[in-house]
Amino acid sequence: MRRYSVFAIAREAMRHHTGWERAWASPEPRASYDVVIVGAGGHGLATAYYLGKNFGITNVAVIEKGWLGGGNTGRNTTIIRSNYLQDPSAAIYDKALSLYENLSQDLNYNVMFSPRGLLMLAQTHHEVRGYLRTVHANNLQGVKTEWIGPEKVKELVPIINIHGPRYPILGALYQERGGTARHDAVAWGYARACSAMGMHIIQQCEVTGVRSEGGQVTGVDTTKGHIGCKKLGIVVAGHSGQVAAMAGFRLPVESMALQALVSEPIKPCMDVVVMANTVHGYMSQSDKGEMVIGGGTDGFNNYTQRGSFHHIEETLRALIETFPMISRLKMLRQWGGIVDMTGDRSPLISKTPLGNCFINCGWGTGGFKAIPGSGWAMAELVAKGEPGPLAAEFSIDRFKEGRFIDESVAAGVAH
Amino acid sequence: MLILECPHCGIRAEETELAPGGEAHLKRFGPGSSDQEFEDYMFARKNPKGVHFERWRHAYGCGKWFIAARCTATLEVFGTYPAQTAAPPQHIIDAVKTRRPGWEGYK
Ligand SMILES: Cc1cc2nc3c(=O)[nH]c(=O)nc-3n(C[C@H](O)[C@H](O)[C@H](O)COP(=O)(O)OP(=O)(O)OC[C@H]3O[C@@H](n4cnc5c(N)ncnc54)[C@H](O)[C@@H]3O)c2cc1C
Ligand SMILES: [Zn+2]
Repeated sequence: MRRYSVFAIAREAMRHHTGWERAWASPEPRASYDVVIVGAGGHGLATAYYLGKNFGITNVAVIEKGWLGGGNTGRNTTIIRSNYLQDPSAAIYDKALSLYENLSQDLNYNVMFSPRGLLMLAQTHHEVRGYLRTVHANNLQGVKTEWIGPEKVKELVPIINIHGPRYPILGALYQERGGTARHDAVAWGYARACSAMGMHIIQQCEVTGVRSEGGQVTGVDTTKGHIGCKKLGIVVAGHSGQVAAMAGFRLPVESMALQALVSEPIKPCMDVVVMANTVHGYMSQSDKGEMVIGGGTDGFNNYTQRGSFHHIEETLRALIETFPMISRLKMLRQWGGIVDMTGDRSPLISKTPLGNCFINCGWGTGGFKAIPGSGWAMAELVAKGEPGPLAAEFSIDRFKEGRFIDESVAAGVAH
Repeated sequence: MLILECPHCGIRAEETELAPGGEAHLKRFGPGSSDQEFEDYMFARKNPKGVHFERWRHAYGCGKWFIAARCTATLEVFGTYPAQTAAPPQHIIDAVKTRRPGWEGYK
């Protein structure tokens, strides 16, 4: 892999950009690998990357039915934060955030991480109490967040209306280290780094069956034939239930549509991320100037990557009250992704009933921010066969044992 | 936009009139059941990509619960029937089978 640098740009400028190589290879699959990861979204690619980087396991294939990063990773609104209420969540999301802080350097790929600060608005007294509690919890967890009053909110977000008739702004939970990154670049950066380690990223190849013998996976059937493996990682987000069914087990997961939309580009007007959970809406401004907007999930099982229009209406109705200036904006694009929702709205990084098969899913509406931390923890689980401290609490057993990591109380909406 | 006919009042209701209620025909387990049964009842879901049976409430209409047979991969609706039904009725099964000949049946 030829490194990207200012010298590389200068060199290529001198020779009409003829020397750039492809960012990753497109190999034909081998007959078998030490590890096969199903799903080349951010979580699958990050798992492969840390398998190589942290454990020296590079005989790895990442199998993707579409194009890499084409699932939820390329469809999300890129909010990154680690201000979660429960300790296991704060630990893994904060690990992810600290990896994001150096990810561009680590991958030699600009993921455009932008720690511009993030506000979660409190618009009811219940929310004020909830966020005060989260601030205290975060301080105990070593995650720096603070409570700020309405004046400070207005100072950080001049376009906000703090005296909304239904939901005035009573304050906000502020995480200065939070922000956004470029979603595609995260997938591309990991893919390039994996390919450089000799791993195979096999796109346009759907896994259609999981073969096992005596409680151990032996390989997967794909649209490009059978591929053997010593270990299997299932990292397919909204399709987790399907692939788990191929492997013969059920999950506490339901697949639903979550939508997002962007406006026409406008001049810079908001340099922080704002989330308004009571009214189910959040917004940030992209580098291109578009307002990036998201809301809550649709309420029913859906695999079509298409959501219901009235949900977008609800989101915009709420946001217009809080940001009156957006009422005149034209919306350019709208799309949906299929998110994997678990019973307690927290993810699974877990062993499965098959000894050498592991699953990472359930990130639902909020897993982009987790990609580096999740890949780190999943790689450890796959490499050692046992979860490390980051993953241990996220095992499937918690549903049997009633050991929920109930983030839905703290942030039950899209994030 | 999803449109479901409420089997109670006969109104073809669009989505904003309805409240989704999750997988239908769950077998309930309570005190005395095993941990596994209770966990499955509470959390494990079929979540199929294809034919699905699910509960809905005609929230802004007659207020009653009913069940819809729907395809989660295309959003096609096969039919609806009252919630006081233990398993999918024959005419619904037939309706699904005409549209999805390869369907393995309700499990
Ligand atoms: C509209 C929207 C907004 C969001 N906003 C945010 C946000 O602001 N912040 C945040 O942190 N998170 C957000 N999320 C959530 C975030 O996008 C996801 O949690 C995260 O991207 C999941 O990554 P993944 O790698 O697990 O899944 P994906 O990126 O979906 O990757 C899974 C891959 O598996 C592949 N696959 C599936 N089945 C098979 C098969 N049988 N064989 C081979 N490959 C298969 C798919 O094609 C897909 O590419 C949002 C999601 C959506 C939809
Ligand atoms: Zn009715």
